[in-house]
This record gives sequence, C-alpha cells and structure tokens, in this order.
Amino acid sequence: MYLCRRCVGFLHARLMPVKAQNWGNLGYVLPLAKLCYLKQPTLRGFPQGYQNLSQRKKEMGQSCGIRCLADQQATPHRQTSDIFEQKKDSNDITTFKNSNLHHIASTQVSFPACETFIDLDAVPCPSPFEEISEQDAIQITVPPGLPPVTFTLRDYVDKSETLQKLVQLGVNLFKLEQRRNVGSMLVRLDFQGDVSPRLFFLKDLGVEDTQLGPLLSKNPFILTESLENLQGRVSYLKSKKFSSEAVAAMVSKAPYLLNFSVERMDNRLGFFQQQLGLSAQKTRDVVTRLPRLLCGSIEPVKENLKVCELQFGFRKNEIQHIVSKVPKVLTANKRKLTQVFDFVHNTMGVPHSLIAKFPQVLNAKFIRIKERHLFLDYLGRAHYEPAHPNYISLQRLVSLPDDVFCTEVALVSLKDFERFQKTL
Amino acid sequence: MATQAVRLFRKLDGLFAVYKPQGVHWKLVRDTVETNLLKAVNSFSPPAPQCMVQFQVLPSGETSNSTNLTVTASKLPTLSDHHLVAGPQFNNICVGVGHRLDAFSSGVLVLGLGNGNTALDSLYRSHVSRDYILEGEFGMATNDFTHTGRIIERSTYEHITQDKLEHVLAMIQGANQKALIMYSQVDLHTQEAYELAVKGMLHPQYKSPPILTGLRCLHFQLPHFTLEVQCVNETQKYLRKLLHEVGLELRSTAVCNKVRRTRDGPFKIEDALTHRNWTADAIIPSVTYFHRTTQKIRKNDRKAVNQLDGMAEAQDQIGNRTTHVEPGTHQKAGSQNLASEALMDSKQ
Repeated sequence: MYLCRRCVGFLHARLMPVKAQNWGNLGYVLPLAKLCYLKQPTLRGFPQGYQNLSQRKKEMGQSCGIRCLADQQATPHRQTSDIFEQKKDSNDITTFKNSNLHHIASTQVSFPACETFIDLDAVPCPSPFEEISEQDAIQITVPPGLPPVTFTLRDYVDKSETLQKLVQLGVNLFKLEQRRNVGSMLVRLDFQGDVSPRLFFLKDLGVEDTQLGPLLSKNPFILTESLENLQGRVSYLKSKKFSSEAVAAMVSKAPYLLNFSVERMDNRLGFFQQQLGLSAQKTRDVVTRLPRLLCGSIEPVKENLKVCELQFGFRKNEIQHIVSKVPKVLTANKRKLTQVFDFVHNTMGVPHSLIAKFPQVLNAKFIRIKERHLFLDYLGRAHYEPAHPNYISLQRLVSLPDDVFCTEVALVSLKDFERFQKTL
Repeated sequence: MATQAVRLFRKLDGLFAVYKPQGVHWKLVRDTVETNLLKAVNSFSPPAPQCMVQFQVLPSGETSNSTNLTVTASKLPTLSDHHLVAGPQFNNICVGVGHRLDAFSSGVLVLGLGNGNTALDSLYRSHVSRDYILEGEFGMATNDFTHTGRIIERSTYEHITQDKLEHVLAMIQGANQKALIMYSQVDLHTQEAYELAVKGMLHPQYKSPPILTGLRCLHFQLPHFTLEVQCVNETQKYLRKLLHEVGLELRSTAVCNKVRRTRDGPFKIEDALTHRNWTADAIIPSVTYFHRTTQKIRKNDRKAVNQLDGMAEAQDQIGNRTTHVEPGTHQKAGSQNLASEALMDSKQ
C-alpha cells in the first residue's frame, strides 16, 4: 500500500540529487529532481535548520491548527538526514561537476552553500527525442503525489484501498475526518488485515449490510478493537440470555456497545435490574430497546430516576411501568422532562396515574403539547379524564401529526389551528 | 450546467417572515431554518463522479516479467469527489435575522436569505415601525417585569378604571410624540414638517431611544389588560418595562404576560410561517411572495441615501451663507453644521 510509505515522496525529493548525479554520468539529469530539491526552503539553514526541521514542521502543524495526518513524521526525517550524512561527499562531487563557476563557494564543506548556487542552465537537460533504454525507463520512479501533511482524507482516498472500500460500504469519511485522530487511524488500517475480519465478525453477528456503513461512521474504533475482545463481549451478552437478533439490533443501534469492557456492561446491567427492580426479562427488554443505556454514564440515569421519584412524586411501580414502556425517559434531559411534567400535571391537570398510563407524553416536545392543549382549551375540548364523554387520550394528543390532530381530535381545519398558533 | 440542487439554492435569496413561538431563542429559529434548508438542498442525488485518466502499469502478454510492462491509460472514476468523502455540496446558507425577539416574546421575525441580507440592512436603516400586542396584569411586580419572574411586590388594583388607564396612556403617548419630533430633526414651523406629520411619516433620523408612535388599550378587565403599541427602536424589555411603569403611574403594579409582535415593517402576521412550515417547500413560495416587497425596500433605501446626500449639501451651503451674512444666527447655524457633520459621519 502506498500509504504505509507515505513519506516516500518526501524521501524521493531528498535523494533526487544523488540519483541525478548517477544519471548525469549517463548523460542526462532530470530537471524535475533539481526542482524538487531546490523547492525545500528549510534546507537553507543547514545544518542547525535541518536538525530542527521535524520539530518545526510539528510546530507549524500545531500553530496552523491543521490536523497532521502523518504524525509519525519525525522518524522518517531522521532517516533522511542519516542518508544525507552518508551521501554528503558524493553530493559535493556532483555540484563540482555541474557548476564549475562556483569553486570557491563549494570549497566550504557546508552543503547548502553549494545548493543555493546551482543554476539550472548548467544542468544538461535531456532532449525529449533522446531514447532511453528500457532498463533506465524502469528505474525512473515517479513519486506518488501524496502530501505528507493534509487535513482531509480526500487526498488519500484514491490511493488507499481501505478508504475506497469504506466509502463503498457507505462510511461517511467526511464526518469521520473531523474527529480527532480518526483520520490518521483510518489511513493506517490495512483492509485485508484489519478491516475485513471485523466486517465478517459484524456480519456473522447478524448486523445488516445497510447498517454497516452508518455503524462505522458512528464508531470507527471498532476497527481497532481486537477480535477476541469483541467475541468475548458478544458471548457475555449471549450468556445473559440476549437472543442473537437482540444482540445484532443492539450493536447496530448503539455502535459503541462492543467497545466497552465486559465488567462495565455487567455493572450497567446489574444497576438497571437493581435500581428499577425489574425482572430479568423486562430488563433485557428495556436494554434491547435502548442499548445506549449500556454505553453512557450512570449518573444522569440515577438523577432522572430521583427526579421521577422525588420531584414528580411517582410511585415505584409507576416508574417501572414508565421505564418499561418508554426507556428514553431515563436518558432524557432533566430540565425538559421537568418542564413537560410541570405543564401536563399542573396546567393540564392530568393526575399521576394517567401520565403513568401514557408515558409517551414525557417524551414529546413541550411546544407541541403546549400549543395543542391551549388550542383544545380554547375550543373547550380539553378533557383528559377517561370518564368524560369527549375524552381525548394523551396518546392521541401528542403522537398524531398536525393535520390528523386537527381533523380527528380538534375537529377543525389546519388553517384554523395555524391562525390560533399565531395568537400565542 | 446548473444542477437541480444549485437551482434550488439560487432560489433561496430574499426576505421572508416566520412566527417565532414563545420560549424559543431566535438563534434556535435561525439554526432550525438553516438546517432544514440545507437538508433540502443536499437531498438531491449527487452529480456523477468525475473520471480521471490514470496510468496503470500492466503486464503485456501472458508472461509478466518486468521488461514486458506497458503503461496503459484508462479512465477511472475518482472517489475524491464522492459525497461521502468530500462532504455535502452545500455547507452553509446565509440566514440573517432582522429585529430580534427575545425568548419570552413571540411574533413576526424577519429572516433574510443569501443576498436578501443586504435588504435586511436597508429595511432597518429606513426606521420602520413595528406593532406589538402586550398583555399585562395588575397587582404584582417582578424582577424582570414578566409573570414568570420572582415577585418582589404585590399591590391592590381595584381602584383602577379604564378611564384612568387611558389617561395614563395618553400622557405617555404625548411625551413620546414630543421626543419623536425632537429626534426627527425637522423644523416644526415648515410646510415639509407639516406634510410629514400629516402622513405620519415622522421618524427619528439617527439612533434614538425607543419611541412609541402609537399606544392604545384594546381590552380592559381587571386585573388583565391588553395594549396595542406601535414603536421604533424598541427592545422587548423596554416594552415590558413600559407596562411596569403604567402600573406605577396608576398607583399599583403590573407585570407582562405576553409580548407579541404582529407586524415588522411591511411583514404582517398573516404571511408569517408557523414552526411547522419552516421547510424549503414553504419558504420558497414565501420568499417569492415577498420578492416585490424586498425590491421596494432596496429602492426606498437608495432613494433615502441620495436624499440624505442632497440634504447634507444643501445644509452645508445654508450654514455657510448664514454664518457669513448674519452673525446673530451664529449659534443656530453652528448647530446645523454639527448636524451635517454628523450626517457625513454616519455616511462614512
């Protein structure tokens, strides 16, 4: 793969003069090589400048805020400089040969002095009609046009098999490259060695083909996780009597699930079963429906449970019912939850038992509940107690789309509802 | 050739109005509109991938030894322009917000798209007035003048009658009328000023404190009351404070229940889009509907700028003449000079 040797281009530029000398003996020198060579402005300050080069590059990367995809640049640089030390003598000879005018300058042992005085006219340029032998033609290597430092994966995608395959899978590289360190991680991956075993693993789990792309867009780190770990976590979940379909659904719903250790998952599962007081089957149901619970922190969940219990005043069994019906309540924003409950309970006058019966209300948007309730109130149809003849269930209040709500629940046209919205 | 997405993007250019619900920050409104529009523009199928000529070294013939390599040129599609690699075609749409509405208030909020943002500037340079409907309640005072704030005082309000309220409103309107004449910088003893005042076209020339140009009581039923206000250069907090002051004038206290903007310049509440309609499908007809208005705003602004230029020159000449001829009116001329200098400054 080209990318494993992505400093090759850089190396090439450095070694060109050396090669040029060899070719010079043969009768032609690539002017390109000279140009490449002269283009390195940092070389001017040799030797102190050159030693600082890699460091300076790093600083540049940091100060410009450019994420450095080639972050292990320091080592190739060192290698280059070593090669340079060895080839120094031969280089001096080259310059003597090429420019007889600058004897005095080149008598200094220092290299850059000679380098700055090379004029391109003195280089014998090969005629385009000159014939090159087959052997030489093969030896001419064109450096791959890959930039050593870049802030986007676009430069690499045409050259890297891994990235190409990932794009074909539907992985959103544009989103991934904006995350820290993900770009360089992806570039380093080898498709045959790293990626395909994990893809086969996911497929064996039962993750659908269409889900693979979005999954990897969410969690590219699954490609660096070791297979034994992944296998171990899946077998842990299966030992907890999650069915294989459930595991597949969980993995595609919460892509980070398999990146967490078994202890952590065990900890979470134990916590939910204990705190909610649910049976094993119900806990499995809740976790299967919202596998995010196993990935995130426990603290907000604890807080939400306390809010439900102390602030809202739900009883234990009511909370159990709410959670098993709408697990999202556990991860909802505390402030929003409070706002909705406050409105539903205090303004709409819905008792706790009814809210526990229709917990979808707690999951709905506040502005939606508010507008609809005020509209029904204005029409005189806001009756939420089931015994009332014109009873409107909370479920119908929040879950129907606007047009259906207007025609079926409020029994007016959508235009009237909009006109009412503009008086709020 | 312009693709479908580009054509749609070009249509998103102009002014339109949305109805901001209460309790939502205007930034959220702007961002929602922007994301909805971007989603619509980027939802079209991406253009066909570009092809790039690539030279591949392929073994020629059946024996693949190094000497028998041939370079063949082949056209292969490049992935670097793929939408998953290069990202969506459009990353941002300029959405500008007109005169702001704070989170507590609701009502018409003017938004500008693309080049329409320049028209937005023109609109507010022309000192358009805005209509508000304020709902208040007597009997308490809070720290932020709204009914949701912390109550700092309670008072009786049974003594208030509609007559008394209207008396106070008339007084406030009188004071504001005076301020308006002062800030509009026209000589009251001229035909020009008379004509402007008859048409109701008086408006402050430069920056001014909030000025109410109209104020009346729509509904009065203790302890609730509703006011209709027309004003320039206001903030919603100023309006809430106005209710508080009305309460104090009436030997009681009042809080504000609702601030609702029903008109912002030429944008009326009937044409504003409710939050269900903040999608490209509804916004584009709205933008085309307001196209005429936008053009008119731009034209008026150009005219006003030209007039200002002319006026400044005229005033300069007058000022010079008066200083030469009549030393007695020196002071007046000086003030005019100052005014024209200020004009020049504002233009620069």
